Formats: sequence, C-alpha cells, structure tokens
Amino acid sequence: MMQPKDSNIVLEIKNLKKSFGDNHVLNGFNLKLYEGENLVIMGKSGSGKSVMIKCLVGLMKADDGAIKIKDFDIISLGRKELDVLRTEIGFLFQGSALYDSMTVRENLEFPLRRNREKVGTNQTTEELVIEALENVGLKHAIDLMPAELSGGMQRRVALARALILKPKIMLYDEPTTGLDPITSKEIIQLMRTIQQTYKTSSLIITHDVDCARVISNRMILLVDGINYAEGTFKELSISEDPKVKAFFKS
Amino acid sequence: MDATNSITVRTKRFFEEIGDMTYFAFRFFREVFTTPFEWKELIRQCYQMGNRSFLLVGVTGFILGLVFTLQSRPTLMEFGAESWMPSMVSISIVREIGPVIIALICAGRIGSGIGAELGSMKVTEQIDAMEVSGTNPFKYLVVTRILATTLMLPLLIIMGDAVALFGSAIVENLKGEVSYMLYFNKVFDALKFSDVVPATVKSFFFGFAIGLVGCYKGYNCSKGTVGVGEASNAAVVYSSMLLFVIDFIAVFLTDIFF
Repeated sequence: MMQPKDSNIVLEIKNLKKSFGDNHVLNGFNLKLYEGENLVIMGKSGSGKSVMIKCLVGLMKADDGAIKIKDFDIISLGRKELDVLRTEIGFLFQGSALYDSMTVRENLEFPLRRNREKVGTNQTTEELVIEALENVGLKHAIDLMPAELSGGMQRRVALARALILKPKIMLYDEPTTGLDPITSKEIIQLMRTIQQTYKTSSLIITHDVDCARVISNRMILLVDGINYAEGTFKELSISEDPKVKAFFKS
Repeated sequence: MDATNSITVRTKRFFEEIGDMTYFAFRFFREVFTTPFEWKELIRQCYQMGNRSFLLVGVTGFILGLVFTLQSRPTLMEFGAESWMPSMVSISIVREIGPVIIALICAGRIGSGIGAELGSMKVTEQIDAMEVSGTNPFKYLVVTRILATTLMLPLLIIMGDAVALFGSAIVENLKGEVSYMLYFNKVFDALKFSDVVPATVKSFFFGFAIGLVGCYKGYNCSKGTVGVGEASNAAVVYSSMLLFVIDFIAVFLTDIFF
C-alpha cells in the first residue's frame, strides 16, 4: 500500500489511554487519518471503539495521550475553542440521536443556530436544510417527526444533520447497526456519495465486514485497546494472524 | 457486618448525591449569567410548563378551596365563628396550603416530565449530539428548564390560590348566603403584606427546587430505559422532600422576620 504524506494528516491520535476503574479500555491507541480517505476501525464489542470516538470529540476525557485535529490538541482545549473545532467534525451516532421533540426541519436547523456563518454561503437556512435533505433523498420528510420515520430514514436524516455544517471530517459510529441488509447497503452507498461530494475524510467504526469492504481505503483492527493490525481490506482479509482471521471469518 | 456495610455504603452514596447536586446547582449559577442566552428556548419552556399545568393547577385549587371550606364550616359554626371563614381560608391558603399543595402537584407534573425527558435524551445520545453540534446542552436544556420552573411556579401558585378562594367563595355563597363582594372584601381585609410576600418568595424557591432536581436526575440518567423510569420517579420523590425542607426553613424565617 502506498503510504500517504504526513502533511495530509487531518486527524492524529497518539498513545491514547482510557480506563474505567480497573478496566483499561484503551492502552496506547494510535491513528492517523489522511485527507480524503475512509479509515475503518474494526473491533469486537467492548474493545473501546466507541470510547475512542467519544474521546475524539471531547465527549469523554482521555486519561493520557494526544488527539490532534488541525494542529489543535483536543484534550487541552477550552469549551469555546472545542465548540468551534466541533463544527469541523460531523458525527453520525449509532442510534441516530435525532431530537425527538423536534421535526426533521428543526433537527437540521439546530446545528446552524450558532454556527450559520461557518457554512459561508449565501444560502438561507431553509435552502441549506432542503439541500441537505435532498442529498439524502428525504426532502419530502422535512416536516415529519423522528418517530414517524423508519430506522433507515432516521439514519439518513442524522447523516444530513451531521453534514449541514459542511464538516471536513466525518465520524461514523456503527452506521449500519440495527438496519436490514438492503438499508445498510443504501447507507453505505450514501456515505460513499457524500465522501465524493463533500470531499470529507471519514473515520468509520464498525463491526460490519461488508461495510468495511465497500467503504474502506484503510483499516485498523482494535484489539485489547491497541491498534493490533493495520492495512487495506484486502491485506487484512488474507492475513494468517488468528485474531485478524477471526474478524473476517465471522 | 453486612448490614453495617450496607448502611455505610448508602450513607456515603447519599452524601455523594448531595455533593453532586450542589455542584450541579453551582454550575447552573455559573452558566445562567454567561452568553449566549437561550431566550427562545426559555420562553418555549415557560409556555410549556405554564400552559400545560394551567388546567391541573386550576382544578386542584378549585377543589382545594371548595373542600377546605366545606370541612371547616361545621367546626366554625359550633363556635358561632362562621364569619371568620373568609379570613381563615384566605390566610391558610395563601400562606401555606396553596403553595405547598400546588408545588407538590407541579413536582409530579413538571418534575417527573423533566426527569423523563432529559433522561431519555441522555440514554439515546441526544445530549451528546447537541454537544457535538457546538451547543452547550447544559445551557440549552438545564438552565432554561430551571429558570422556567423558577419563574412559572409563583405564577401558577398565585393563580391556584385565586381559584381556591373562588371555590371557597362559592361554598360560602351557597351555604352561608354570603355575597361574593362581602367574601372578597373580608379576604382582602384579612391578608397582610406579611402573608403574601413570604409565600410568594418561597414559591420561587419551590420552582427552583423542582427544576433543579428534575434536571439533575434526568441529566445524570444512566442504565438505559430503566434509568429513565428511575430518574422520573426520583425527580418526584426528591423534589417533594426538598419542598418540605424549604417550607420548613421558610416558615422558620418568616416567624423571625415578619
């Protein structure tokens, strides 16, 4: 595999450690995400994937290590600086996390309330919301409540909301979990289209091998809180290492 | 030995909980004065809490005044003191019964609602989503709700007191043939500054307590859907207990200063 240049790094994690009491979840995890790439992190349930992604956006405080986004160390940032940096990151939550007391329109307007100027276009809020919904094929659902949408539609609205501030980095936490195979494929296809349209760099956490195969440029296997193996899907899928093999067999 | 350990653990947890809630209250006071202010959400919350509790508080107040007068009437008649009814009812309702009963009703109606709503937002990662989108969820969800309960509860209590007095006036009019004019003249003659002001001041604290406990329990909810139920239930239990503590302190201080 051709190694990308270090000057193209958009996100870097160095020696990340996180424990909950005696349970050491991350034991020195390292990662580099390059501009325009789709990096997939795979690992068993409870291997620390979600903890890592939450540390990455400041939802959890790491015990040790460094997380650099655009030359800023997340761990040392104050609330206001962190909020500004967060507008550069789109986050798709595992359960969509749509605000259930708001309509689809209000859900999409919410990130724009304080960060309208960040988008930097002449479009009105209404136009931005419609554009984002058109990108995920759900313009007709604009005035529906989240409870009126199917699981797949909710995931697509959540994706539209994550993209509305036109972030440079997209984080996906188990994007296909809980969806049927057809809807999963639609979501994966949508993620690819979005990556091409918005030129985002994506970090995808999943244990869905099909998702990893279709979308990944590079993969990291997270085992026992460290990056156990790294490479392209093809390289890892033919690995003879029993721990790596176990992922692809399942 | 196990019993001793269990008591120690529970006592420790109780004090930890008080410490956490105190920190939560301090965080509220720190955030309430810093920009940006969430005016739109505050007004929406005030409307939701005031409007949605209006009927419940009105009906409760009306029945309270009605029943209180019906129950007290025979006793006062025994002493030939039924002319004291408007004064007795107004002072009792405005000073004590109205604020406490209506605050307890609101603890059940509003406190549990806040606990359940924030709890469910917490377990479905909606609060995390808000944080990631660059909005301070504590300011947007907690500060606005605590402010709304603090501002709306006194208004609901005043409205409830007024409806209770109206209910009492109906009974007096039907049973004692007292005109509404005479009844309310006697009510306003009996009520003094020292009856109205301490009751109104303590109703602000009641509102604050209901909002604080509901938000604290919901915002720190864990354990999935079971946790949501627990947060909602605990919000009612803890805020009801806190209301009695505040009431005791308020009565004690009123006794000293008024």
